[in-house]
Amino acid sequence: MAERGATPQVPPLRRRALHAVRSLFSPLLPDDYLELINPLWSTRELRGRIERIDPETPDAATVLIRPGYEWMGHRPGQYLRIGVVVDGVHHWRAYSLTSEPERPDGCISITPKLVDTGVVSPYLVRRARPGDVVRLGGVEGTFVLSDPPPERLLFVSAGSGITPIMSMLHSLHREDAVRDVVHIHSARSVEGVIFAERLRELERLHPGYSLKLRITGEQGRVGPGDLDRICPDWRERHTYLSGPADMLDAMCGHWEREGDMALLEMERFQPVIGGEPGEGEGGAVRFVKSRVEANCESGTPILVGGEEAGAVLPFGCRMGICHTCVGRLCTGRVRDLRTGDVHGSEGEMIRTCVNAPEGPIEIAL
Amino acid sequence: MNATMNATATEPQSPLAHLSPEQLDELGREFDAIRDRVAADLGARDRRYIESMIAMQRRLAVISRVLLLAARYRPAKVAGTAALSAAKILENMEIGHNVLHGQWDWMNDPQINSSTWDWDTASTAEAWKHSHNYVHHTFTNILGKDKDLGYEIMRIDPRQSWHPVYLLQPLYNILLMALFEWGVAFHDLDFEAIRKGHKSKAQVKREVAGIFKKAKSQVVKDYVAWPLLSGLAMAAVDVAFEARKELTAAEGRRHWGRRRRGGLAGVLRKALEGGLDSYKSAAAANATANVVRNVWAYAIIFCGHFPDQTYTFSPEEVEDESRGGWYVRQLAGAANIEGSPLFHVASGNLGYQVEHHLFPDLPSTRYAEIAPQVKQICERYGLPYNSGPFGQQLGMVQRTILRLAFPGGTSRPKPGPYRGEDHPAL
Repeated sequence: MAERGATPQVPPLRRRALHAVRSLFSPLLPDDYLELINPLWSTRELRGRIERIDPETPDAATVLIRPGYEWMGHRPGQYLRIGVVVDGVHHWRAYSLTSEPERPDGCISITPKLVDTGVVSPYLVRRARPGDVVRLGGVEGTFVLSDPPPERLLFVSAGSGITPIMSMLHSLHREDAVRDVVHIHSARSVEGVIFAERLRELERLHPGYSLKLRITGEQGRVGPGDLDRICPDWRERHTYLSGPADMLDAMCGHWEREGDMALLEMERFQPVIGGEPGEGEGGAVRFVKSRVEANCESGTPILVGGEEAGAVLPFGCRMGICHTCVGRLCTGRVRDLRTGDVHGSEGEMIRTCVNAPEGPIEIAL
Repeated sequence: MNATMNATATEPQSPLAHLSPEQLDELGREFDAIRDRVAADLGARDRRYIESMIAMQRRLAVISRVLLLAARYRPAKVAGTAALSAAKILENMEIGHNVLHGQWDWMNDPQINSSTWDWDTASTAEAWKHSHNYVHHTFTNILGKDKDLGYEIMRIDPRQSWHPVYLLQPLYNILLMALFEWGVAFHDLDFEAIRKGHKSKAQVKREVAGIFKKAKSQVVKDYVAWPLLSGLAMAAVDVAFEARKELTAAEGRRHWGRRRRGGLAGVLRKALEGGLDSYKSAAAANATANVVRNVWAYAIIFCGHFPDQTYTFSPEEVEDESRGGWYVRQLAGAANIEGSPLFHVASGNLGYQVEHHLFPDLPSTRYAEIAPQVKQICERYGLPYNSGPFGQQLGMVQRTILRLAFPGGTSRPKPGPYRGEDHPAL
């Protein structure tokens, strides 16, 4: 089944009333008719309407969304699964929420950065318009600001890795809890600094917020060795780290050697799928229900191999989060491309987006 | 030869007898290419079509139900019945049949999806997907294997052996026409498989329970809930109307110093009568709409495979069938119905039965577009492209049903290879 939005928080009375009259509409639901009037009234899945789209940089924009029902809440730093229709097809992606949970107007925001080869980010950054309806899935993620927030904080972010940090900063600001925050942020160019204006404003409003902006195109990257100079007491601070994988790996190694891992939180906002292209042996996949046979090179997910062979397969996040793409394994074994683990037994439900065949397999899709 | 079939000397030659295996492979590749081209081109335009079709169907349903609240008034009853019949036809054919085929699964939509869709008919989506999408579309027109060939109760091919029960076939043909959805639902159970023990007791039980559940929801909706609403609405109108009359009458009587008893009871009695009348009218209108939908679905579906032009196949003929051979069987086993764009929408684009059988999971809207390419392939490979006007096709089907009720019968002459628009096949 294709992925759908989260179950909205519908007032119980309304739900009961709709339930009571459902036999008038069977096999449809009252929802199916109400959605014709306003798609936000769906009680099956939470949807939202785009209120505003503010460009942040030439290739990133903040999308402000008003949920159809009361926002279910999130913790600063978490991400949201969001579904959009592009060229007739539903696509789902996860984006960090950049808004704080306490926003009085009940809206939420995400700030996608354009990926030229992508589908969803070009739509959100370039084509979406206020009034468009999007689907809102579950809120997930363990990279969250602890509650109550730590006294002394260090944020280290790079590029669009700033998005979950922004939600934390918004929340600290809203709760008037910006006491001692050092924020080291890197961007390739001055124009490429997402939230530049907002960060300057925070700096002006809160003496406890110190922004160390690094333009890597001019000044080079921030390495672990720079920490002692930029933020000498980094070892004692609760640190939130968000950015590309190589930065995380370098910093994480440094914390292991010299810092306190208990004080470090990290967000890998692009999970590593596929790893080494030569990893695993790949294999032939027989999609039993679609009656399609595909051949997956080593490192190619079952989903991708099947799509290339012409099978129409269910998919969602394509990163192993949402379980939309699962299929029952009939025979063979598979390799989890995130971890390299080879697993699989008959009847196991396999996520086709992050698993590659390890030898020939059959899957009930 | 299978025991249930008669070998006859007049059997038409297999339509693919003149093609070499290499030619069949090439033909298979050509059809695959059409499919790939369409699949790659699917997009926003197609989505708009199915979404607006669904929206239109639902509006039509709302309008009809509102009209039928006043079903005791003749104009409302006629208009409401017509609108509800149209809504039910669209829901079953252009929407339900095609969504359940997976024609719109490429949209990755959680609702417009073959795995979640349910339709307003007696068959459960699950059972129908098995008997139709799998059995019928895979073993199309193979005698003894395609259970839609006569639906196991009719003799529509001379190669099916005769039995005295078929003498009744003209009679139950008419019953099937009116009660088509119920016929299909019970046909889905596959009595042969049950008899032969191919289905577990638990599965049969689950499938029967499924039909009863669907039956219950249709009965509750069309014969209880909506008529009741109509009855209540009209009773309320009557109460208001009668009470007003009583009040004005009482006003007048006050001057004479008399009190009239039983005014309230009279009002209630009138309202009850009016409400009951309305209930019956609305239930009758809903029943009519269900029958209209059944007759229409029957007519379109029987024209799909049973007109004279179509070929049937013995299991031996299709042994070791190649992909190209499969395409030819689909092509030769189906027949199109010619009609206007409105006709094609109303028939769920099953007037393009040939294209539908070649590509059962391509969106129905694309069939008209690929028809010229299919015809061109037929012309080049010397294959038939079966087609005819609605009246002619339905007439042929009825003639066959009548003739084959009696013993004997021969295959009707086949039109031969398609030779382009200028050379009508018949």
